[in-house]
Amino acid sequence: MGVTFGKESASRRIVPGGTVSDGPERLLDGSAILTRLQAAVNWGRKYSFFLYPFVTACCGMEFMSVAGPKYDLDRFGAALPRFSPRQADLLMVVGTISHKQAPILVKVYNQMTEPKWVFAFGVCAVSGGFYNNYSVVQGIDTLIPVDVYVPGCPPRPEMVLDGLLKLQEKVAKERWSDWPRGAAPVTPMLKKQE
Amino acid sequence: METNVTIKKLSNRFPGAIIETHSHRGDDTAVVKKESILEICTFLRDDEALLYNFMMDLTVVDYLGREPRFEVVYHLFSLRHNRRVRIKARVSEADAIIDSIVPVWVGANWFEREAFDMYGITFKGHPEMRRILLYEGFEGHPLRKDYPIKKRQPLIGPIN
Ligand code: SF4
Repeated sequence: MGVTFGKESASRRIVPGGTVSDGPERLLDGSAILTRLQAAVNWGRKYSFFLYPFVTACCGMEFMSVAGPKYDLDRFGAALPRFSPRQADLLMVVGTISHKQAPILVKVYNQMTEPKWVFAFGVCAVSGGFYNNYSVVQGIDTLIPVDVYVPGCPPRPEMVLDGLLKLQEKVAKERWSDWPRGAAPVTPMLKKQE
Repeated sequence: METNVTIKKLSNRFPGAIIETHSHRGDDTAVVKKESILEICTFLRDDEALLYNFMMDLTVVDYLGREPRFEVVYHLFSLRHNRRVRIKARVSEADAIIDSIVPVWVGANWFEREAFDMYGITFKGHPEMRRILLYEGFEGHPLRKDYPIKKRQPLIGPIN
């Protein structure tokens, strides 16, 4: 069984400079899609996030809402939470991170395989929020690199979805050379403390 | 029910150790000398008419600017007589040490560790006097009124 082309497509006239098709694929008469491998891989990555929910506080309720059927993260290909960092590529930091938890967060981040992204969910994860005190990390970006910041206390599900779409845009623009990112910058410091 | 029976008993038994007392709407409070806290607690637990067998709460108040600066507060409850009492012992900053009451009520163990963690009061005779909520390496005692609100601790990283 060979590949058969539709009558219309086979007989389509190619007009140089015409408006029938605007990519190089028109030279192959619509039977092939040309793209860069990097763009194809990024396209695949951005629609299949595997979340690791690092849920520590009240924002977790909003996370459950956004992951549930009403707001449905699955529509954007980010449905399946993995409870092992080894199997996840999107670290959702949901809630307040205390200094005592900081080494755990860094360890989880370091255990994830590359490529990996970090989503700061809620103002506590973004900047410490109103917990400007002795026990709370003033923003998880003091520990690990962050890709999207979604403030709000807690953020509305729409904001989270918006953040996820922003992350997808970011992933689509990535290059091979962006990876690997390596261990979190504070890792040697934490090692020294042990 | 006679409300200030505890205070009467205490004043009779330890006339030199009670600094002041008051009893407001059935809430008995006695401020005692910190040297005799262990003795007083043992008495409160064991006396037949009192039997304070439940140590409900132990905490510290920081009266910055007053001398002695700290007040260790014990809330006791007698399940047998359905009676409560509040014992306070004043501790100065220079000599922030008081006897542990773990030998009297084992339940005081974690309370005293928390008080040590947050206020830096040392409890002498405690089986394991170290921080309970904060981590080793934390500097200072954050619930003291003069702990700088913006102070950051060294564990976290270069930016913080
Ligand atoms: S941002 Fe608000 S809702 Fe979210 S964890 Fe912090 S305090 Fe809770």
